[in-house]
Amino acid sequence: MLDPHLIRRTLELAAAHGADLAELFVEDVRSSSASLDDGRVEDLVSGRDRGAGIRVIVGERTGFAHTADLSPEGLAETARVAAASARGSASGGRRVALDPPARAYAAPVRTDPGTVGKADKVELLRRADEAARAGRAEVSQVAARYGDVRRRVLVANTDGVFVTDDLTKTSFSVSVVAKGDAGLQTGRHSVGRVAGFELFDVAAGGYDVEELARMAAARAIRKLDARPAPSGALPVVIAGGSGGVLFHEACGHGLEADLVDKGASVFAGRRGEQVASSLVTLVDDGTLVGEWGYFGIDDEGNPARRNVLIERGVLTDYLYDSQQARKAGRPGSGNGRRQSYRHLPMVRMTNTYITGGDSDPADIIASTDYGVYVAQLGGGQVNTASGDFVFGMTEAYLIEGGVITAALRDGNLIGNGPAALAAIDAVGTDFSMGYPGTCGKDGQGVPVGMGTPTLRVPSLTVGGTAA
Amino acid sequence: MSGTDLGELAARLAERARPGEHLEVAVGRGVSTSVKAYDGDVESFTSAESFGVGIRVLVERDGGLSQGFAHAGSFDPDVLEETLQDARDNAVFSEPDPFAGLAVPDGRIAVPQDLWRPELLATSTEAKIELALQLERATRSGHAAVKGVRSASYGDAASEVALASTAGIRASGRSTGCWLSVSCMAGDEGETHTGYGVAVGREPGSLDVAEVADEAVTQAVRLIGARQVPSQRLVLVLEPKLAATVLGIIGSMLCGDAVVKGRSPFADRLGQAIASPLLTLLDDPTDARSMGADAFDGEGLACRRNVLIAEGTLSGFLHNSYTARRAGTASTGSAVRSSRSLPGVGPQALAVAPGATSYEQLLAGVDHGILVQSMAGLHSGVNTTSGDFSVGAEGLMIRHGALAEPVREVTIASTLPRLLLDLVGVGSEISWLPGGSGSAALVFGEVALSGS
Repeated sequence: MLDPHLIRRTLELAAAHGADLAELFVEDVRSSSASLDDGRVEDLVSGRDRGAGIRVIVGERTGFAHTADLSPEGLAETARVAAASARGSASGGRRVALDPPARAYAAPVRTDPGTVGKADKVELLRRADEAARAGRAEVSQVAARYGDVRRRVLVANTDGVFVTDDLTKTSFSVSVVAKGDAGLQTGRHSVGRVAGFELFDVAAGGYDVEELARMAAARAIRKLDARPAPSGALPVVIAGGSGGVLFHEACGHGLEADLVDKGASVFAGRRGEQVASSLVTLVDDGTLVGEWGYFGIDDEGNPARRNVLIERGVLTDYLYDSQQARKAGRPGSGNGRRQSYRHLPMVRMTNTYITGGDSDPADIIASTDYGVYVAQLGGGQVNTASGDFVFGMTEAYLIEGGVITAALRDGNLIGNGPAALAAIDAVGTDFSMGYPGTCGKDGQGVPVGMGTPTLRVPSLTVGGTAA
Repeated sequence: MSGTDLGELAARLAERARPGEHLEVAVGRGVSTSVKAYDGDVESFTSAESFGVGIRVLVERDGGLSQGFAHAGSFDPDVLEETLQDARDNAVFSEPDPFAGLAVPDGRIAVPQDLWRPELLATSTEAKIELALQLERATRSGHAAVKGVRSASYGDAASEVALASTAGIRASGRSTGCWLSVSCMAGDEGETHTGYGVAVGREPGSLDVAEVADEAVTQAVRLIGARQVPSQRLVLVLEPKLAATVLGIIGSMLCGDAVVKGRSPFADRLGQAIASPLLTLLDDPTDARSMGADAFDGEGLACRRNVLIAEGTLSGFLHNSYTARRAGTASTGSAVRSSRSLPGVGPQALAVAPGATSYEQLLAGVDHGILVQSMAGLHSGVNTTSGDFSVGAEGLMIRHGALAEPVREVTIASTLPRLLLDLVGVGSEISWLPGGSGSAALVFGEVALSGS
């Protein structure tokens, strides 16, 4: 992406006043999307964003500057600004040893979306629209969106890291509005993978957009009869897949070393302790090929890793970026990520999941006398300092006498991370990964994957209005 | 900032339109810095210059216009050329829409806005760093129970934008903005609560460090000892900034795109009473007190004062030129966008008309209620189409007109249409959010609290 001599010169300028680390991060993102709404293919959008972020670390202080100007002059000026911002005081620079060529990572892509005609992408939208509406008078509105993005990054630093990565991601979502006597309801389904247009190759195990549309429509229609959710503490059974949001919020964020280091996590200082039910083994795994949070290298140039965070309920490790790892005097865990070249990296999750247990999912429901079954989760949020977290239910039902009964209206559930984890009393055999997620932290969004088998928390507070 | 004249750049690109082609070009340029302080020292210092260009092309086909859009982060001539070609290519594949089109000048004269403060650009790096360090110190020493400051930051941005189109639109503007924000933790062994403080202004001199620190410290400290309480129905009091956030959700339900596409429960309610008579809700980007103040909207039309709810009656929706044409009305000058996006519809300076009652008097009038200071899951438990509203909440119980014990791990639920009807009090003092919206404290007659 850049000439090695230019990279070396840029790093030397960045480290000219002394630096524990100088780093160049170059990113080139091309995206295309098409959206359909109200029966019409409305917008086709193309985007191109290319630039570099230069980071200079001196002691505990980080100087950072970024630019869209990748000319030798643009990079030199940015390097000088970053160096000045880090306020290194040592005289004399350092020679930077880079060993070209860069080590190149790339995710496998069978059909590059860049080679697929726009007409083919638009056709997916039309098929989804028709399938969502066909034979369903209640469907009043359908929106569908196709998107692909190719992100190429280069990371080089004064420690000799010199790597590139090349990721192509493709996604599709359908949102349906149904209209009934009691008003409007919504149903949504989305898929996305680190893959090309083969995502839609049904013969090769890809997704059928018509089936996705029918699922979204069915979800909206089922909710037309939904009753207000209960209000209060109840047993909650969470379906496999999107249920992984629970762990992302209940403990994932709390295991990020930067929050732990600042005393902003309820899991600080608890390594080696039992923090969850012995049924829980939590893994964060950036190496899961194809999953939404997959990458070859993180945004600091470290290879992706599989990290076991909780093993049979015992806290085994936290997540680290390079800076936190340096502080702790240990190797990184491959979790330094950033939204774009305009952002500083920080500790982030990748694909976070609970491994499968040994309960039959049907038995978990059947053994619940009265509670809530959450079939699809929306997003969530956590206060890592108190451990309190919420997550949304976008498809949920009452469980009465061990049987799934009435549909419930949308709402949030609230719980406390350590308490909820410790209480989990059943984990199913039916592990699956959920929909593609975007995790927000300190104003930066990064793609993440989540997964879980069906499981039960004996008591969570359901945020409904029914007495 | 110097260099290319943005107005000229946009106009020159718009002139590239081919016969039968409608073209709109939005360009923007900005410089920004941010400082994060931690543990008495600078944790990071960031500075950047950024560029953006967005090109919208509409071509006539089959009785309508089909639209394509492309954006890029550079003014490099090659990139601009490629962006224009991408936008043209995209227009080939979207479907013609009889309502599509560029905004046409409507004769409204823009109210000039003075949003640029040279003082901001003249502020030294040292002074910015000092603000962040001061904020960290003031927060840390704000109360004996403060255990730590997660982050204290100062940030600023100066930006210029310009818009030009083949419909005769020429608009440009520039603005400065800066902010302080801090998040702190307070508590004792085994218990930690978080407080957050923020302030925004057009130049650093208008930021009050002590006030931001105090806001964060007060929030964190008063939650010490917080417990879950039993489920109950009670009165809900929202402090001004949180009230403005909730009103922002209501505002999005009154936007043209949700209305014309049947996604708003208020779509068919124009002229009807949808809220308590205490509520007057307006979007007025000509109000310089709002950080959303501007002379022009995202399509280059003059920003104007729009009343959405007048004493409880739904009196209007916000429209850009597209949603207005579909609804058979005129744009309200409410197109919002960046150079990276097509014009959407949204409020820029949504605010409530203040009532006559002070915050203290409002609290004194509540016999059994909760003062909520922060909400969680606004994105996951609020559905603007079905109207369902369910959020995680922290705050203080109100008993017999006085603040009582702190509460955590509860949810507050109702529906958005019901909340509007259940409004029983509007405070007299408006606070403004960084995003531009403003509100006084609001009191709602009854919500469901879920707890133990």
